[in-house]
Amino acid sequence: MTRIKLYLPVGVFGVLAVVLFLGFTLRDPNLLPSALIGKPFPAFDLPVLGAAGERAGREGLLGEVRLVNVWATWCPTCLAEHGELMRIGAETGLSIIGINYKDDPQLAVEWLRQHGDPYDFNVVDDAGDLGVDLGVYGAPETFLVDAGGVIRYKRVGDVNPVVWRDEIAPTLAGLAGWQKVEAVLGDER
Amino acid sequence: MNGVLRSSVLVLVVGCLGASAIDGFDFPDAETAARYQRLITEFRCPKCLNESIASSGAPIAVDLRRTVRRLMEEGAADEAIRDHLQTRYGDFVLYDPPFKPSTWFLWFSPVLLALVAVYVVVRVARRRTVSAPSDAERERARRLIEAS
Repeated sequence: MTRIKLYLPVGVFGVLAVVLFLGFTLRDPNLLPSALIGKPFPAFDLPVLGAAGERAGREGLLGEVRLVNVWATWCPTCLAEHGELMRIGAETGLSIIGINYKDDPQLAVEWLRQHGDPYDFNVVDDAGDLGVDLGVYGAPETFLVDAGGVIRYKRVGDVNPVVWRDEIAPTLAGLAGWQKVEAVLGDER
Repeated sequence: MNGVLRSSVLVLVVGCLGASAIDGFDFPDAETAARYQRLITEFRCPKCLNESIASSGAPIAVDLRRTVRRLMEEGAADEAIRDHLQTRYGDFVLYDPPFKPSTWFLWFSPVLLALVAVYVVVRVARRRTVSAPSDAERERARRLIEAS
Protein backbone atom coordinates (compact mmCIF):
# COMPACT_ATOMS: atom_id res chain seq x y z
CA MET A 1 0.00 0.00 0.00
CA THR A 2 2.71 2.48 1.00
CA ARG A 3 4.75 1.38 -2.01
CA ILE A 4 1.85 2.32 -4.27
CA LYS A 5 1.58 5.71 -2.60
CA LEU A 6 5.18 6.44 -3.49
CA TYR A 7 4.25 6.28 -7.15
CA LEU A 8 1.24 8.55 -6.76
CA PRO A 9 3.08 11.81 -7.63
CA VAL A 10 4.51 10.13 -10.73
CA GLY A 11 0.99 9.07 -11.71
CA VAL A 12 -0.43 12.55 -11.15
CA PHE A 13 2.42 14.00 -13.19
CA GLY A 14 1.76 11.51 -15.99
CA VAL A 15 -1.95 12.30 -16.15
CA LEU A 16 -1.29 16.05 -16.13
CA ALA A 17 1.37 15.69 -18.80
CA VAL A 18 -1.00 13.77 -21.07
CA VAL A 19 -3.93 16.18 -20.51
CA LEU A 20 -1.79 19.26 -21.08
CA PHE A 21 -0.04 17.74 -24.08
CA LEU A 22 -3.38 16.95 -25.73
CA GLY A 23 -4.72 20.36 -24.73
CA PHE A 24 -1.84 22.18 -26.36
CA THR A 25 -1.42 20.06 -29.46
CA LEU A 26 -4.77 18.67 -30.56
CA ARG A 27 -6.52 21.98 -30.32
CA ASP A 28 -5.16 25.25 -31.61
CA PRO A 29 -5.77 27.75 -28.78
CA ASN A 30 -6.34 30.43 -31.39
CA LEU A 31 -9.42 28.65 -32.74
CA LEU A 32 -12.73 29.62 -31.24
CA PRO A 33 -15.77 27.39 -31.53
CA SER A 34 -18.09 29.12 -33.93
CA ALA A 35 -21.27 30.49 -32.44
CA LEU A 36 -22.91 31.11 -35.81
CA ILE A 37 -23.40 27.64 -37.28
CA GLY A 38 -27.09 27.14 -38.00
CA LYS A 39 -27.82 30.87 -37.69
CA PRO A 40 -28.93 33.12 -40.54
CA PHE A 41 -26.22 35.09 -42.29
CA PRO A 42 -26.40 38.63 -40.84
CA ALA A 43 -27.99 41.45 -42.78
CA PHE A 44 -25.64 43.96 -44.37
CA ASP A 45 -25.62 46.80 -46.86
CA LEU A 46 -22.16 47.37 -48.29
CA PRO A 47 -20.58 48.74 -51.47
CA VAL A 48 -19.59 46.24 -54.16
CA LEU A 49 -15.86 46.20 -54.85
CA GLY A 50 -14.88 47.77 -58.15
CA ALA A 51 -18.42 48.86 -59.04
CA ALA A 52 -18.94 52.50 -58.16
CA GLY A 53 -22.29 53.22 -56.52
CA GLU A 54 -23.45 49.60 -56.42
CA ARG A 55 -24.37 48.03 -53.13
CA ALA A 56 -25.16 44.49 -52.05
CA GLY A 57 -27.04 43.01 -49.11
CA ARG A 58 -28.02 39.69 -47.60
CA GLU A 59 -30.65 39.19 -50.36
CA GLY A 60 -27.75 38.98 -52.80
CA LEU A 61 -26.71 35.71 -51.20
CA LEU A 62 -30.08 33.96 -51.20
CA GLY A 63 -31.25 31.33 -53.65
CA GLU A 64 -27.95 29.55 -54.07
CA VAL A 65 -25.36 27.83 -51.93
CA ARG A 66 -22.45 30.23 -51.42
CA LEU A 67 -18.95 30.06 -50.13
CA VAL A 68 -18.36 33.40 -48.41
CA ASN A 69 -14.70 34.23 -48.01
CA VAL A 70 -13.34 37.02 -45.80
CA TRP A 71 -10.05 38.28 -47.22
CA ALA A 72 -7.70 41.21 -47.53
CA THR A 73 -4.57 42.12 -49.44
CA TRP A 74 -2.67 42.60 -46.15
CA CYS A 75 -3.31 38.98 -45.21
CA PRO A 76 -0.59 36.56 -46.36
CA THR A 77 -2.71 33.46 -45.67
CA CYS A 78 -5.35 34.87 -48.04
CA LEU A 79 -2.80 34.77 -50.83
CA ALA A 80 -1.83 31.25 -49.79
CA GLU A 81 -5.43 30.01 -50.10
CA HIS A 82 -6.19 31.96 -53.24
CA GLY A 83 -5.15 29.16 -55.57
CA GLU A 84 -7.53 26.73 -53.88
CA LEU A 85 -10.41 29.22 -54.17
CA MET A 86 -9.59 29.63 -57.86
CA ARG A 87 -9.64 25.85 -58.27
CA ILE A 88 -12.96 25.49 -56.39
CA GLY A 89 -14.53 28.24 -58.47
CA ALA A 90 -13.30 26.79 -61.75
CA GLU A 91 -13.83 23.06 -61.13
CA THR A 92 -16.97 22.88 -59.01
CA GLY A 93 -18.92 25.92 -60.09
CA LEU A 94 -19.64 26.72 -56.43
CA SER A 95 -20.55 30.38 -56.09
CA ILE A 96 -17.88 32.27 -54.12
CA ILE A 97 -18.61 35.68 -52.61
CA GLY A 98 -15.81 37.78 -51.15
CA ILE A 99 -15.84 40.12 -48.20
CA ASN A 100 -12.92 42.47 -48.66
CA TYR A 101 -12.14 43.11 -45.01
CA LYS A 102 -10.53 46.32 -43.73
CA ASP A 103 -8.65 46.79 -46.94
CA ASP A 104 -7.84 49.44 -49.51
CA PRO A 105 -10.35 48.85 -52.36
CA GLN A 106 -7.86 49.96 -55.00
CA LEU A 107 -5.24 47.52 -53.76
CA ALA A 108 -7.93 44.81 -53.65
CA VAL A 109 -8.97 45.38 -57.27
CA GLU A 110 -5.33 45.34 -58.34
CA TRP A 111 -4.74 42.14 -56.29
CA LEU A 112 -7.60 40.37 -58.04
CA ARG A 113 -6.33 41.46 -61.42
CA GLN A 114 -2.90 40.08 -60.57
CA HIS A 115 -3.85 36.79 -58.89
CA GLY A 116 -7.16 36.00 -60.57
CA ASP A 117 -10.72 36.56 -59.39
CA PRO A 118 -12.71 33.54 -58.16
CA TYR A 119 -15.48 35.72 -56.70
CA ASP A 120 -18.93 36.33 -58.16
CA PHE A 121 -18.67 39.68 -56.41
CA ASN A 122 -16.97 41.27 -53.42
CA VAL A 123 -18.42 43.59 -50.82
CA VAL A 124 -16.21 46.16 -49.14
CA ASP A 125 -16.27 45.89 -45.34
CA ASP A 126 -14.04 48.83 -44.62
CA ALA A 127 -14.97 49.36 -40.95
CA GLY A 128 -15.25 45.67 -40.12
CA ASP A 129 -18.89 45.87 -38.97
CA LEU A 130 -20.02 42.90 -41.06
CA GLY A 131 -16.91 41.18 -39.70
CA VAL A 132 -18.16 41.73 -36.14
CA ASP A 133 -21.63 40.44 -37.08
CA LEU A 134 -19.96 37.33 -38.51
CA GLY A 135 -17.76 36.80 -35.46
CA VAL A 136 -14.67 37.31 -37.62
CA TYR A 137 -11.48 37.77 -35.63
CA GLY A 138 -8.91 37.44 -38.36
CA ALA A 139 -8.64 36.85 -42.07
CA PRO A 140 -9.07 34.58 -43.86
CA GLU A 141 -12.32 33.12 -42.63
CA THR A 142 -14.71 31.20 -44.84
CA PHE A 143 -18.40 30.42 -44.44
CA LEU A 144 -20.61 27.97 -46.28
CA VAL A 145 -24.08 29.51 -46.57
CA ASP A 146 -27.04 27.49 -47.81
CA ALA A 147 -29.60 28.67 -50.35
CA GLY A 148 -31.84 29.89 -47.51
CA GLY A 149 -29.08 32.14 -46.18
CA VAL A 150 -28.21 29.98 -43.16
CA ILE A 151 -24.56 29.53 -42.17
CA ARG A 152 -23.72 25.82 -42.29
CA TYR A 153 -19.99 25.79 -41.83
CA LYS A 154 -17.19 28.08 -40.82
CA ARG A 155 -13.47 27.80 -41.38
CA VAL A 156 -10.97 30.02 -39.57
CA GLY A 157 -7.71 30.02 -41.48
CA ASP A 158 -6.91 28.97 -44.99
CA VAL A 159 -9.06 26.86 -47.30
CA ASN A 160 -6.75 24.19 -48.66
CA PRO A 161 -7.32 20.92 -50.54
CA VAL A 162 -7.51 18.92 -47.27
CA VAL A 163 -10.08 21.29 -45.76
CA TRP A 164 -12.04 21.14 -48.99
CA ARG A 165 -12.00 17.34 -49.14
CA ASP A 166 -12.59 16.64 -45.42
CA GLU A 167 -14.87 19.50 -44.39
CA ILE A 168 -16.34 21.69 -47.10
CA ALA A 169 -17.21 19.08 -49.75
CA PRO A 170 -18.98 16.74 -47.25
CA THR A 171 -20.95 19.67 -45.77
CA LEU A 172 -21.84 20.75 -49.27
CA ALA A 173 -23.04 17.23 -50.05
CA GLY A 174 -25.65 17.55 -47.29
CA LEU A 175 -27.11 20.79 -48.59
CA ALA A 176 -30.30 20.95 -50.60
CA GLY A 177 -30.06 22.91 -53.80
CA TRP A 178 -26.53 21.80 -54.52
CA GLN A 179 -26.84 19.65 -57.64
CA LYS A 180 -23.22 19.63 -58.68
CA VAL A 181 -22.18 17.82 -55.55
CA GLU A 182 -21.99 14.36 -57.10
CA ALA A 183 -19.51 15.67 -59.62
CA VAL A 184 -17.55 17.36 -56.85
CA LEU A 185 -17.30 14.28 -54.65
CA GLY A 186 -16.67 12.13 -57.72
CA ASP A 187 -13.61 14.21 -58.50
CA GLU A 188 -12.27 13.71 -55.03
CA ARG A 189 -12.61 9.95 -54.96
CA MET B 1 20.01 56.46 -16.71
CA ASN B 2 17.73 59.25 -15.61
CA GLY B 3 17.32 60.28 -19.22
CA VAL B 4 16.38 56.75 -20.23
CA LEU B 5 13.84 56.56 -17.41
CA ARG B 6 12.38 59.91 -18.31
CA SER B 7 12.03 59.07 -21.98
CA SER B 8 10.42 55.68 -21.24
CA VAL B 9 7.91 57.41 -18.95
CA LEU B 10 7.26 59.87 -21.75
CA VAL B 11 6.75 57.04 -24.22
CA LEU B 12 4.31 55.38 -21.81
CA VAL B 13 2.32 58.56 -21.26
CA VAL B 14 2.19 59.43 -24.95
CA GLY B 15 1.28 55.81 -25.74
CA CYS B 16 -1.67 55.93 -23.33
CA LEU B 17 -2.85 59.25 -24.73
CA GLY B 18 -2.67 57.73 -28.19
CA ALA B 19 -4.70 54.72 -27.09
CA SER B 20 -7.55 56.81 -25.69
CA ALA B 21 -7.48 59.06 -28.74
CA ILE B 22 -7.98 56.08 -31.10
CA ASP B 23 -11.50 55.53 -29.87
CA GLY B 24 -12.12 59.24 -29.46
CA PHE B 25 -15.57 58.77 -27.99
CA ASP B 26 -17.35 61.60 -26.27
CA PHE B 27 -19.69 60.49 -23.55
CA PRO B 28 -22.66 62.60 -22.46
CA ASP B 29 -21.86 62.08 -18.78
CA ALA B 30 -19.41 60.39 -16.43
CA GLU B 31 -21.92 57.65 -15.65
CA THR B 32 -22.13 56.54 -19.30
CA ALA B 33 -18.35 56.67 -19.59
CA ALA B 34 -18.02 54.49 -16.48
CA ARG B 35 -20.59 52.04 -17.83
CA TYR B 36 -18.67 51.82 -21.09
CA GLN B 37 -15.40 51.23 -19.23
CA ARG B 38 -17.01 48.52 -17.10
CA LEU B 39 -18.58 46.79 -20.11
CA ILE B 40 -15.45 46.66 -22.24
CA THR B 41 -13.48 45.02 -19.41
CA GLU B 42 -16.10 42.24 -19.39
CA PHE B 43 -15.23 41.02 -22.87
CA ARG B 44 -12.21 39.06 -23.93
CA CYS B 45 -10.48 40.02 -27.16
CA PRO B 46 -11.00 37.04 -29.53
CA LYS B 47 -7.64 37.52 -31.20
CA CYS B 48 -5.38 37.96 -28.20
CA LEU B 49 -6.22 34.91 -26.05
CA ASN B 50 -6.11 36.70 -22.73
CA GLU B 51 -6.70 40.38 -22.86
CA SER B 52 -9.91 42.30 -22.50
CA ILE B 53 -11.13 44.41 -25.39
CA ALA B 54 -10.51 47.39 -23.08
CA SER B 55 -6.78 46.84 -22.93
CA SER B 56 -6.06 45.38 -26.35
CA GLY B 57 -4.90 47.45 -29.28
CA ALA B 58 -5.83 44.74 -31.81
CA PRO B 59 -8.08 46.02 -34.63
CA ILE B 60 -10.77 43.51 -33.65
CA ALA B 61 -10.78 44.91 -30.09
CA VAL B 62 -11.24 48.42 -31.53
CA ASP B 63 -14.16 47.10 -33.61
CA LEU B 64 -15.75 45.43 -30.59
CA ARG B 65 -15.36 48.56 -28.47
CA ARG B 66 -17.06 50.51 -31.25
CA THR B 67 -19.83 47.89 -31.33
CA VAL B 68 -20.36 48.18 -27.55
CA ARG B 69 -20.45 51.93 -27.87
CA ARG B 70 -22.99 51.77 -30.74
CA LEU B 71 -25.26 49.39 -28.83
CA MET B 72 -25.12 51.68 -25.81
CA GLU B 73 -26.18 54.59 -27.98
CA GLU B 74 -29.05 52.49 -29.30
CA GLY B 75 -30.17 52.09 -25.71
CA ALA B 76 -29.32 48.42 -25.27
CA ALA B 77 -29.19 47.06 -21.73
CA ASP B 78 -25.99 45.44 -20.43
CA GLU B 79 -27.53 42.01 -20.84
CA ALA B 80 -28.47 42.71 -24.47
CA ILE B 81 -24.93 43.89 -25.21
CA ARG B 82 -23.51 40.69 -23.69
CA ASP B 83 -25.95 38.61 -25.77
CA HIS B 84 -25.03 40.52 -28.91
CA LEU B 85 -21.34 39.69 -28.60
CA GLN B 86 -21.92 36.19 -27.29
CA THR B 87 -24.12 35.15 -30.22
CA ARG B 88 -21.38 36.29 -32.59
CA TYR B 89 -18.19 35.25 -30.85
CA GLY B 90 -19.42 32.52 -28.49
CA ASP B 91 -18.80 32.07 -24.77
CA PHE B 92 -15.14 32.81 -25.39
CA VAL B 93 -15.68 36.59 -25.34
CA LEU B 94 -17.25 36.54 -21.89
CA TYR B 95 -14.80 36.75 -19.02
CA ASP B 96 -17.64 35.57 -16.80
CA PRO B 97 -18.62 32.31 -18.53
CA PRO B 98 -22.24 31.09 -18.39
CA PHE B 99 -23.10 28.13 -16.17
CA LYS B 100 -24.04 25.22 -18.46
CA PRO B 101 -23.01 21.57 -19.01
CA SER B 102 -19.98 22.38 -21.15
CA THR B 103 -18.64 24.72 -18.47
CA TRP B 104 -19.49 22.60 -15.42
CA PHE B 105 -15.94 21.36 -15.14
CA LEU B 106 -14.71 24.94 -15.25
CA TRP B 107 -17.06 26.00 -12.47
CA PHE B 108 -16.69 22.94 -10.26
CA SER B 109 -12.95 22.35 -10.59
CA PRO B 110 -12.01 24.88 -7.86
CA VAL B 111 -14.42 23.15 -5.45
CA LEU B 112 -13.02 19.73 -6.41
CA LEU B 113 -9.46 20.92 -5.94
CA ALA B 114 -10.38 22.45 -2.56
CA LEU B 115 -11.90 19.11 -1.46
CA VAL B 116 -8.75 17.27 -2.51
CA ALA B 117 -6.64 19.80 -0.61
CA VAL B 118 -8.76 19.42 2.56
CA TYR B 119 -8.48 15.63 2.30
CA VAL B 120 -4.68 15.79 1.98
CA VAL B 121 -4.35 18.24 4.88
CA VAL B 122 -6.52 16.05 7.13
CA ARG B 123 -4.51 12.95 6.24
CA VAL B 124 -1.19 14.64 6.92
CA ALA B 125 -2.40 16.20 10.15
CA ARG B 126 -3.68 12.84 11.43
CA ARG B 127 -0.40 11.15 10.76
CA ARG B 128 1.45 13.87 12.67
CA THR B 129 -0.58 13.62 15.91
CA VAL B 130 1.16 11.55 18.55
CA SER B 131 -1.27 9.75 20.79
CA ALA B 132 -0.50 9.35 24.50
CA PRO B 133 1.24 6.02 25.33
CA SER B 134 -1.03 3.27 26.53
CA ASP B 135 -0.57 1.53 29.89
CA ALA B 136 1.07 -1.47 28.20
CA GLU B 137 3.56 0.83 26.45
CA ARG B 138 4.39 2.59 29.72
CA GLU B 139 4.99 -0.74 31.39
CA ARG B 140 7.28 -1.87 28.56
CA ALA B 141 9.26 1.39 28.64
CA ARG B 142 9.69 1.13 32.40
CA ARG B 143 11.01 -2.39 32.07
CA LEU B 144 13.46 -1.40 29.34
CA ILE B 145 14.84 1.44 31.48
CA GLU B 146 15.21 -0.81 34.52
CA ALA B 147 16.96 -3.47 32.50
CA SER B 148 19.66 -1.11 31.24
